[in-house]
Amino acid sequence: MEFSYNWDWSVLLCTVEDVEIGCIAPYFYWIVEGFGWTIAVASAAWVIAFSWGSFIGILRTLEAPIWLVVPFLKPSMKYKSSVIETGNGAVMINIGWFLHGFATVYVTIFRNIPLLVQMFLWYFVLPEVVSKEAGMWLKREMPLPEYWTAVACLGLYTASRVGEAVRAGINSITQGQHYAAMAIGLTRVQVYRCVLLPVAYRIIIPPLTSDFLGIFKNSSLALTIGVLELTAMTRQIDEYSYQTFEAFTAATVLYILVTAIVMFAMRIVEGRVAIPGMISLGAK
Amino acid sequence: MLKKLLLSTVAIAFVATIQPAEAAESRVLKRIKERGVVNMGHRESSVPFAYIGKDGKPIGYSMDICNMYVDKIRKVLKMPNIKVKHVPVTSQTRIALMANGTIDMECGSTTNNLTRQKQVAYLAVTFITGTKLASKKGSGIKEVEDLNGKAISLSQGTTNEKAIKRIMREKGLKIKIVPVKDHPQGWLALETDRVDAYATDDVLLYGLISKSKNPDQFQVTGRFLSYDPYGIMVPQDDSKYQRLGNVLLADLMRSGEMQKIYDKWFNPGPTGINMPISDTLRVAYEIQALPH
Repeated sequence: MEFSYNWDWSVLLCTVEDVEIGCIAPYFYWIVEGFGWTIAVASAAWVIAFSWGSFIGILRTLEAPIWLVVPFLKPSMKYKSSVIETGNGAVMINIGWFLHGFATVYVTIFRNIPLLVQMFLWYFVLPEVVSKEAGMWLKREMPLPEYWTAVACLGLYTASRVGEAVRAGINSITQGQHYAAMAIGLTRVQVYRCVLLPVAYRIIIPPLTSDFLGIFKNSSLALTIGVLELTAMTRQIDEYSYQTFEAFTAATVLYILVTAIVMFAMRIVEGRVAIPGMISLGAK
Repeated sequence: MLKKLLLSTVAIAFVATIQPAEAAESRVLKRIKERGVVNMGHRESSVPFAYIGKDGKPIGYSMDICNMYVDKIRKVLKMPNIKVKHVPVTSQTRIALMANGTIDMECGSTTNNLTRQKQVAYLAVTFITGTKLASKKGSGIKEVEDLNGKAISLSQGTTNEKAIKRIMREKGLKIKIVPVKDHPQGWLALETDRVDAYATDDVLLYGLISKSKNPDQFQVTGRFLSYDPYGIMVPQDDSKYQRLGNVLLADLMRSGEMQKIYDKWFNPGPTGINMPISDTLRVAYEIQALPH
């Protein structure tokens, strides 16, 4: 196939159209600026994805009832099996099924709607369905509305994936450890904090790495709601200069560079924290 | 005998070179000849330049011109059976698809400017427009200066974005820019009060208004903030092929046929855009109607 294209790498360093004035705004700065936004979106979204996702994942592994103490409430007959009277005027309600159900519904919804659609829903639909004042706040007064919408959307979406990884990690630990921890008198919180989670997180380092790389690359979808991140800036350079291939080559190199560094670093971490005998790279 | 053979060989060789002469010198015509297909790149939502009609096929002002261009190619190559393959393009893909030889022409609403001419060539100017503002009636916005302290949405990477940013710099205006992906999203931002104005080529603004739910609610205001001449985009460094298109356009403009095509799409046009030809464009037609 023929290729009639004038390569000109200097566009990255200089805007050629202002040739008389000289380099007034090198496009390279745009790439750096876009790259900064990409990192900012991805890292903030990862904080949400990791913490909220872990919580969701843990909820999905809960089996035994969880009792919530509610003072001064008369139990109705209908829910008798999940309500206990404590005798001093309060009742205990089993909310385990509710938490478990909530987490399951959450994962189902957020994992099954395309991210692009979710971006659109958060940015354009949410401000219209809330009250007028809240909608105007989301649209006008909120600082950096595009950025925070993208972070929330990307974080909540990736949380559903992280949640599944955490659930799989916890479920892969033999029941024996769970029972042994309970047998020595640990509370449920202690069982998770001291026994299950430290092992589970080590096992799921590879899928978590994938999720992080995913959040980094998916951050490019933020351009659809106007965040000028790396891909958006690249497109902009393309539109302004028509030097498509130079701009996209620069972006590709940056994306690969970051993902390669993350993969390399996580491989080292994985080797360091591996538990001998468990399925893990470091346990060879 | 030998002389005769030699003569006839020369004659055959000569005849053989005459017929595909156009094709032989033109890279693009040569590949069209070989493929038997013209790959026509087109936009899908540039009303009324190139957009998808009710039957799912691309139609519009630019499409009409491109179809005539293909007829001209058929005539020159003496291949009446050349087929047309429609290739949808976006503002992000058009340049790459033209550079790698996928499309032979791009029919839409592409601004012809000198920077872009480093990568592609254009046929004669077929439409003239410029950046204007659309806002809600009663918002009190007339000119771009009225937007100081307010918000505007701009399509990323358009010549309009460039124009607004330049004026903001020159006049020291403080306008909050909400970058959007494309025209529908820019319009949505205006409709939902996320911004006070949306800026793009005035013809596209009229198109967006005519297609909106409440056309009476919106207005197009202000002076032209940029000069955007549209042209059919063709591959660069192929003057033979480019000339073919310009001959066609000169003929159309000279004969008055161009005005008829314009009226068909704009006055009032199938989408009710209702834009009589501007004086600038009428003069442009006259100037570009080069004689034979």
